[in-house]
Amino acid sequence: MIRKLKPALAAAALSLAILSPLAMAAEEQFFPLIDYRVGPYGSNGQAFYGGFIDYLNYVNLKEKGVNGVQMTWEECETEYNNAKGVECYERLKSKAAKSAGPIHTMSTGISYALVDKAAQDKLPLAMMGYGRTDAVDGSVFPYAFPLVTTYQMQASAIVKFIKDKNGGNLAGKKIVYLYHDSAYGKEAIIAMEAEASLNKFTLVQIPVAHPGNEQGAQWLKIRQEKPDYVVFWGWGVMNQTALKAAQKVGYPRDKMIGSWWTGSEEDVVPAGDAAKGYMAATWNVAGKQVPVIADIQKVVYGAGKGNLQDAGKIGTVLYNRGVSAAVLSVEAIRKAQEKYGKGKAMNGEQVRWALENLNITDARLKTLGATDLLPEIKTSCDNHEGSGKVKIQQWDGAKWVPVSGWIEGNKGLIHPLFQASAKQYAKEKGITPRDCSKEK
Amino acid sequence: MLYREAGQFKTSYAADQQLFPIRQDRIGVLVLLAVAFLGVPLLASEYWFSAILIPFLIFALAALGLNILTGYAGQLSLGSAAFMAVGAYAAYNFQLRIEGLPLIASFICGGLTAAAVGILFGLPSLRIKGFYLAVATLAAQFFIVWCLTKFPWLSNNSSSGVISTQKLMLFGHELNTPVEKYLLVLGIVVVMALAAKNMVRSTTGRAWMAVRDMDVAASVIGIRLMPTKLLAFAVSSFYCGVAGALYAFCYLGSVEPDGFSLEMSFKILFMIIIGGVGSIMGSFLGAAFILLLPIFLDVALPFLAELFGLPFASATVSHIQILVFGALIMFFLIVEPHGLARLWQIAKEKLRLWPFPH
Repeated sequence: MIRKLKPALAAAALSLAILSPLAMAAEEQFFPLIDYRVGPYGSNGQAFYGGFIDYLNYVNLKEKGVNGVQMTWEECETEYNNAKGVECYERLKSKAAKSAGPIHTMSTGISYALVDKAAQDKLPLAMMGYGRTDAVDGSVFPYAFPLVTTYQMQASAIVKFIKDKNGGNLAGKKIVYLYHDSAYGKEAIIAMEAEASLNKFTLVQIPVAHPGNEQGAQWLKIRQEKPDYVVFWGWGVMNQTALKAAQKVGYPRDKMIGSWWTGSEEDVVPAGDAAKGYMAATWNVAGKQVPVIADIQKVVYGAGKGNLQDAGKIGTVLYNRGVSAAVLSVEAIRKAQEKYGKGKAMNGEQVRWALENLNITDARLKTLGATDLLPEIKTSCDNHEGSGKVKIQQWDGAKWVPVSGWIEGNKGLIHPLFQASAKQYAKEKGITPRDCSKEK
Repeated sequence: MLYREAGQFKTSYAADQQLFPIRQDRIGVLVLLAVAFLGVPLLASEYWFSAILIPFLIFALAALGLNILTGYAGQLSLGSAAFMAVGAYAAYNFQLRIEGLPLIASFICGGLTAAAVGILFGLPSLRIKGFYLAVATLAAQFFIVWCLTKFPWLSNNSSSGVISTQKLMLFGHELNTPVEKYLLVLGIVVVMALAAKNMVRSTTGRAWMAVRDMDVAASVIGIRLMPTKLLAFAVSSFYCGVAGALYAFCYLGSVEPDGFSLEMSFKILFMIIIGGVGSIMGSFLGAAFILLLPIFLDVALPFLAELFGLPFASATVSHIQILVFGALIMFFLIVEPHGLARLWQIAKEKLRLWPFPH
């Protein structure tokens, strides 16, 4: 056995010896990828992280990295399991000491477990559209970034969309909030309740137990209630079941508006005909018509370096969402380099500063070819969200079509909720909040 | 030669009744403790503490709890993760709502709450046995998780049901480095493991084993079934509850009810099956096997793949890891159905004869 291994070992040692000086020469920006491609939500993870890695590869191939700094990464599989996520984090942490891109876990549970650890280790934690939403208040959570938008702002934006459809008045209307009975589904209740008392509509909350493949009772109730709209916070198999159940009780799908975890191809295609007309929020459009997506296919897949085994996923909602996360991360690296030195690898602290001072305008998005992949984003110490805008898209039976422009949730109503929650957290943990007026 | 008790005469009752009657065992345990308390903190890295040693100790404690119930008292339970959840949430609430309660006291209170809940769900064991009891404890698994999600008071009205544990304060000192957390967990686990070792050879432990082997016979020789079974549930849940509190406070730092899933209960059950049902040592061996092997494979497989030039994507590695893990479990169960602890026992017996087996 040893004898057989010897040539292989020798070759490995030799190649290491040859490669290492080269690897040392160029600066590298390391991304700890705490991701998942197997397990119950594996297919979602494949699309998201496929898009993420493809974009990093794209930056390496197209522009030779950010100012010459190559993007590198290492994956660690979490299977959407919190304990595994923590183990992965600890494993990748030491490698991320010198340079670290934002960590995207795509899991609320894992990001909750990492909020404190990441702050202690000075590594930036990005939670795009999930995770600890009160981290919007950066004075208490310097290293956590619920970028783009949060569940509460999304709920508020959906209400605004409905309100605009009804001539700006929701008084006397009835809205059902049908949700996955878990941490995820319950997050938005506080926002829906606040909106209900502000806009004087009746809110009926109907929970669905995990996994949600049986919703007969819930839809019977919906039929009795005869709501004007159903706001829908589903997850996984619950989404297609709800659409089929709605068809069965004859509830019009174009009165159903879902969150962004109910609005991907994986959610509507299995429901078939029942999904037609259904609407969902999103912050990134689907499709390959976005220039950067088309270019990734050409450059990265053309060079045979694509990450997806099934290239058919390119241009799906979740793939594009992965690209949007990578665009944000790379822009943060760029911003950090502007301040701390171009052509250098950025460490967690420097990237944290950049994430807090992002300013991605529509013009910048256009240059990147990422128009409609993200709303405009401007973050600051007291606003780690940076946007709070979503689009509403509608399934026409074959693809997702945007049916609205960017809609911003009611910041004046929602952000104080975050601040109150962050304040409570600070008190529990004995954190002294930073003074945001002194941050530059 | 080295491991032989010949010539060790017990001249007092105390010497005869001590926890480790063989001198070599005593020395072994002391050396192990010295290594764990002194050696490991000097040598291990932060990764080892936070990702391997702390979860290993915590799960070993939970497995120990289940082993008391299943291995010693013979009551099959699928609710261990739920009892851990009770311990975690109770410790959090005690710490939150009682000003100035010492950390250890809130862990104990968490354990006691879990014990109370355990007794409640142990009541069916008076009437039903075996697989039917497993189904009844399954109810605990679902009910407790539902309960923690349903009542926001339990998670201090957190909008998502997730709790973030308080700082670890011990005698006015904040434990924030992995080493300190490790030492705290290690201290608690060592005390509780020795207590368990002592308990299972006492009257209580013997009563449990009598009930396990044949409850009718046990009641005929005068063991009252109800207190015995309920005590087993209480002690077992206490251990699981403390493990849950440690899991929340010293390991993850923030937990959600859904995290304490049926899957975790199964994991703990597999630990005692692999490690050895009815063995304190087995709980530790099983926890090590179930927790560490996947991590080892996770690290070793990509390395091997690279060495032999195999094109493995990270998803493939995970799939292979699950395959190998499953195969190894089957291998061990076929080769040694009594668990790793039994292997250890055989090794000890062989050592007694070594180097002259006959």
